[in-house]
Amino acid sequence: MGYVAIKGGGRAIEGSHAAVEALRTAEGESGTPLTLSTIEHQLRLLTSRVVSEGGLYHPRLAALAIKQMQGDTLEAAFALRAYRSTKPRLLEMPVQDTSNMRLIRRISSAFKDIPGGQMLGPTYDYALRLMRMDLADESPQAFRSVAKRFRQAQPDADLPDSFPKVLDALRADGLLPPLTPRAGEAFDITREPLVFPVPRSAALATMARAETGSLLAIAYSNMRGYGDVHPTIAELRVGYLPVMLPHPVTGELTEAGEVLITECEVVAMYEGSDNDAPPVFTLGYGACFGHNEVKAIAMAILDRALQKGMRDGPSNPSEDPEFVLLHVDGVDSMGFASHYKMPHYVTFQSDMDRLRTTQEKAASGEATSSESADTQGVKA
Amino acid sequence: MSPGYELPTDEAAYSFGFLDEYAKREVRRCILKAISIPGYQTPYASREMPMGRGFGTGGLQVTLSLIGPGDALKVIDQGADDSVNAVNLRHFVELTCPGIDTTESTQQATLIQSRHRIPEVPLTEAQVLVLQVPYPDPLVLVEPSEARRKVMHGEGDYSRLLTKLYEDLVHFDEITIAHRYPTRINGHYVIDPSPIPRYDVPQLHQSKALVLLGAGREKKIYAVPPYTPYTNAEPLVFDDVPFRTEDFDDASGKRRACACCGATDSFLDEIIQQGDAPTRWQCSDSDYCNQQLAQRQAMKQENT
Repeated sequence: MGYVAIKGGGRAIEGSHAAVEALRTAEGESGTPLTLSTIEHQLRLLTSRVVSEGGLYHPRLAALAIKQMQGDTLEAAFALRAYRSTKPRLLEMPVQDTSNMRLIRRISSAFKDIPGGQMLGPTYDYALRLMRMDLADESPQAFRSVAKRFRQAQPDADLPDSFPKVLDALRADGLLPPLTPRAGEAFDITREPLVFPVPRSAALATMARAETGSLLAIAYSNMRGYGDVHPTIAELRVGYLPVMLPHPVTGELTEAGEVLITECEVVAMYEGSDNDAPPVFTLGYGACFGHNEVKAIAMAILDRALQKGMRDGPSNPSEDPEFVLLHVDGVDSMGFASHYKMPHYVTFQSDMDRLRTTQEKAASGEATSSESADTQGVKA
Repeated sequence: MSPGYELPTDEAAYSFGFLDEYAKREVRRCILKAISIPGYQTPYASREMPMGRGFGTGGLQVTLSLIGPGDALKVIDQGADDSVNAVNLRHFVELTCPGIDTTESTQQATLIQSRHRIPEVPLTEAQVLVLQVPYPDPLVLVEPSEARRKVMHGEGDYSRLLTKLYEDLVHFDEITIAHRYPTRINGHYVIDPSPIPRYDVPQLHQSKALVLLGAGREKKIYAVPPYTPYTNAEPLVFDDVPFRTEDFDDASGKRRACACCGATDSFLDEIIQQGDAPTRWQCSDSDYCNQQLAQRQAMKQENT
């Protein structure tokens, strides 16, 4: 019986695919297939999460992955990541200037007012989490008029093209260390394996496409007491970053498009320094594709924790680069957890062999415990 | 295509072997390095494959980087060609590598990708065996930090591993490592030979076929190369405690035979039966079992 189950694997897989497809379409005749545009817009935060964890900025393909995987974020990000494996790397991007972002939201919890102004924008932060029963009965007409009315109600204010960074003000005041020129090229985690110790750029890149929950859990351990970062959010901004790439012919930086990103900069309490330099605040940086504020904040806290761990040696898990960076990737961790569902009967046979032999020895050892240990020689 | 098609039309096709050419070249470079330093875990930028990490993505990247027209590929999982994961991987390679052949015959294969087993029939110099690896580092048993393990490997410091084996003997009078048995390659690096049973470890010793081990999630490739004279692969043991493979003797000390083909020289799966029926034992290597069966039937026909 047991053996039959694994025979005819091909047919079993086909049947399984058909069952998955049947559940996706289980509404039957009353159902309407989801359009990619619907997913991308109405489930925009889900799409954000998938482009971020997939490490590929392609909201439309992310929407397809979400549809195909029936809403499983781990699987959807995974599909996007696998798609990415088929694409060559065309060039190395120059550093992008996030002060040029077309903002939809920008806040600072460090200052009441900031140069350029606070901009609350779209957020659930101050929404009451009461069920909105009216959404259960939303007419297409009502749905279509909301965004239009919102835009009409907006004053035709001329928003500036760029907003100064809060950090620049802190830096000018001498509260943050001056910017040091970047040493070497950024580490590309898609083309180089992590061999520890790794530079900070490798840590940032790994966290930028990490699984949100994993990142949050480790950052939370640091916030709660397994660590000592007491962060203040100097600035959190969400918006569209113009991507500047060198023109293929002239080499001149040219805008190639824009990507929605979330960026977070936290400032943490200062530390004494070894040399005679004056004490300053320390900084943590988080950024990722899409609108994912919790992820960007968690990343910024961990960046600060890891910098400390890289310098002084880790004193808790969230400061240990190996512990954090090798365990936050969703594709890796979910894949490995899933693989335990595969047959393991050869290795289990081996395990049983060891256990039975050990049990036999224990039993015969009890029976002959008065004899010397030499007589229990290894069975050849 | 319906007028409402929502994706750019140039994003459909996949290249030969799924991975882009740069990625395959990078994997091949790592394989060359791994062959040059037998047993050394060569780091590489493992790509995400369209199946789960842990399902053989490391082995698959090695296979896809090496395979070309004219190759005959055999894929096995737990020794069987028709278990779900083997079927799935073989189907994927057929899909993305048009022009290659697949086979279930160990002898006819030029490239064999396997999880948890080495085929019973000894391999030849013309064959490459790719093993899928979940944990590339045997030292993970005694040291969680990769950075520290790297130093230990470099210094050939396996004292803590030997201590673990010794402690096993003290506690249980037996070494309790069942599979993934630490094996020293070419007198220096100790490898995790992937979760093959101890029964298969001797096959690595002076293997005529090139053995490549690919760990996708852990991003490592290592090799047991077919040097002349062939590379030594020695399981870690003590002088006075011999290495022991899985025991397939019954209570009376007689070697169990495969219930299907009657072979008494193969690794057996133990199959629990419903009710009071006695446990069945059957070859784990399905191709070997079929070949033995065919041979026996041919002999029977000759005799009649």
